[in-house]
Amino acid sequence: MSKVKTIAEMKAEGKSPEVFFWVGCAGSFDARAQRVTKALVKILDSVGIDYAILGSEESCTGDPARRAGNEFVFQMTALQNIETLNMYEVKKMITACPHCFNTIKNDYPALGGNYEIQHHTQFINALIAEGKLKIDGGGFEGKKITYHDSCYLGRVNDEYIAPRKVMEALDIDLIELKRSKKNGLCCGAGGAQMFKEDEPGNTRINEKRMDEIIATGADIVAANCPFCITMLGDGAKAKESDVMVYDISELIVQSNNL
Amino acid sequence: MIQQLIFAVLTIVAGWFAFSNFFKIRRNILLGRELEENEEASGNWKNVFLIAFGQKKMFKRFVPAVLHLFIYVAFLFTQIELIEIFIDGITGKHRIFASALSPFYGFLISFIEILSVLAFVATVIFLWRRNLLKVPRLVKSEMNGWPTLDGNLILIGEILLLLGIFTMNGTDVLLQKLDPSHFPSTGNLAVSSFLGPFLFDGLDVGTLKILERTGWWLHFITILGFLNYLPFSKHLHIFLAFPNVYYSKEQRGAMENMPQIMNEVKSMMGLIEEETPMTEELPEFGAKDVNGLSWKNILEAYTCTECGRCTSACPANITGKKLSPRKVMMDVRDRAEEVGKELDKGVALEEIIKDTSLFDRITEEELFACTACNACVEECPVMINPLDVILQMRRYKILTEAGGPSEWLPMFTSIENSGSVWQVSDARDAWTKE
Ligand code: SF4
Ligand code: SF4
Repeated sequence: MSKVKTIAEMKAEGKSPEVFFWVGCAGSFDARAQRVTKALVKILDSVGIDYAILGSEESCTGDPARRAGNEFVFQMTALQNIETLNMYEVKKMITACPHCFNTIKNDYPALGGNYEIQHHTQFINALIAEGKLKIDGGGFEGKKITYHDSCYLGRVNDEYIAPRKVMEALDIDLIELKRSKKNGLCCGAGGAQMFKEDEPGNTRINEKRMDEIIATGADIVAANCPFCITMLGDGAKAKESDVMVYDISELIVQSNNL
Repeated sequence: MIQQLIFAVLTIVAGWFAFSNFFKIRRNILLGRELEENEEASGNWKNVFLIAFGQKKMFKRFVPAVLHLFIYVAFLFTQIELIEIFIDGITGKHRIFASALSPFYGFLISFIEILSVLAFVATVIFLWRRNLLKVPRLVKSEMNGWPTLDGNLILIGEILLLLGIFTMNGTDVLLQKLDPSHFPSTGNLAVSSFLGPFLFDGLDVGTLKILERTGWWLHFITILGFLNYLPFSKHLHIFLAFPNVYYSKEQRGAMENMPQIMNEVKSMMGLIEEETPMTEELPEFGAKDVNGLSWKNILEAYTCTECGRCTSACPANITGKKLSPRKVMMDVRDRAEEVGKELDKGVALEEIIKDTSLFDRITEEELFACTACNACVEECPVMINPLDVILQMRRYKILTEAGGPSEWLPMFTSIENSGSVWQVSDARDAWTKE
């Protein structure tokens, strides 16, 4: 991994990045999600794109606070971010978190933040389509792989195709889950559930979803969201299953040996 | 003459009752607040056509969609017969369209008859699904009592209506031969030309005439009954689905912005000068009751078909939590009805909402189990958004009452103080230095 520059450092050199990478809380602090962040960085490096992050000037987008119902906290962090992004005149952004993606795309405009943001699977798909990212396929031959649609990339923002196209480029013969695309089942983390215990019930949502994944007979489940990855990982542990949970970017890193 | 008079009086009385009840529903819906700027939908005729009229979203589940379509299309086309009944009833004529629409009349009635047979089959299957097969989403706990009875009553009403239609048409076919001067020819009828002779052959003219009238009145009275029944039933969706879909937003990701809070935070951050005027009372944020929800939310509650598609896709409900998005919508409607009834008694709104609220029906346990996954929104065939109600009620708990799950507090403080959802000592870009 080459040195990751902040936008402040880049501006100091008198340059401006082609694309801005929004890392998010999970991607910054969560050990598992950091691996996805680094995978994405490796992909960006391999195609030689000038990108930058906000670094310590980035704050939580506020998604969990807003959906928990705490508008005050949301407004504080969101307005702060918008101030910073506007100051650096950020326009094109990518992120590996569908919650950050949704909040910036759909919640920020009403607060005065207007950006073009892409989820990393959309960005990667475009890189492949433009021929900028060459994929060494065949790395997953004989592996059974399924895909879990996250709610905020899929159902909320209607993106089912880009991640599937990337997996197609990886020569993956996808086994679709019974509940997929529009009907995908949540991993259980959204709406700030990630930060609290479950209400009484007969099972946990992530374990239910893991059951469905195991039922496909898959060795690997591909995902696109750091929270889904945590939830499904926990689900696999609870079910004592050895299904591996990977972000799509990690599959590319594995396949291309980045 | 007597018949015409009874007909007119019945129509006026039933119409007046129905009208006054519909008017109350309109009033109850308008208890809701105005829409905020970013809640407004521009009005979508395409969706009215595709989703309300065309039932597009129903077809996610093919079998019930087809069965429902039979009843729906039969219902639509029977309106032609109803118009005829209406004109006949007022003028005292018999089958006025028979000559007016000849030679298509026989074809038209035949078409309605075939649809009616299909609707009959669908009705029987629906009764079976509800009562014997017990399709899970149709027998969940929130369906106990009236909602279950409601579902069955309407199906039984449907059968009565069909009984009326076929008695009326079947006897008519025979009477056309026996008394052609009073019973103009309808041409061949797809079902009744066979069913009529099969059931009623050999009866004398007098009995046939009585049966014909019985069928005719049964048809008409069932319709009037239906009209007056709607205000108390989930079947209100046959009307409200249209405006509801028209006013529904398709955009999903954004939550309604709260300009009051935004401006306060902006002035705190020194982004704007404007001093927010301090009011005596603490402002109320979010929704505690129907008047805190928007009129669109309440319109949705009255539109809900209680089909339970939302609940059957809800991850919380699937895993045994108490939350059921259908119940949320039913609770909003029940509460709007309750407030409406008190208003009818002359009690002032402030009094009604002082000691009771929507929270008496929807508990925190339900509200805070939601993952905001939008599965309910995706599922709803008439574009209802239960999540929107849940999130507004969460806002009330958190912002106005400073309540909600205590586990969320560290997350809130952490975002506020360190800009991260977790309390961490690392710098945000520590990962770049490894
Ligand atoms: S958004 Fe909430 S209520 Fe709706 S299906 Fe998801 S968890 Fe259930
Ligand atoms: S909200 Fe929609 S999906 Fe849910 S029960 Fe009502 S009509 Fe059916």
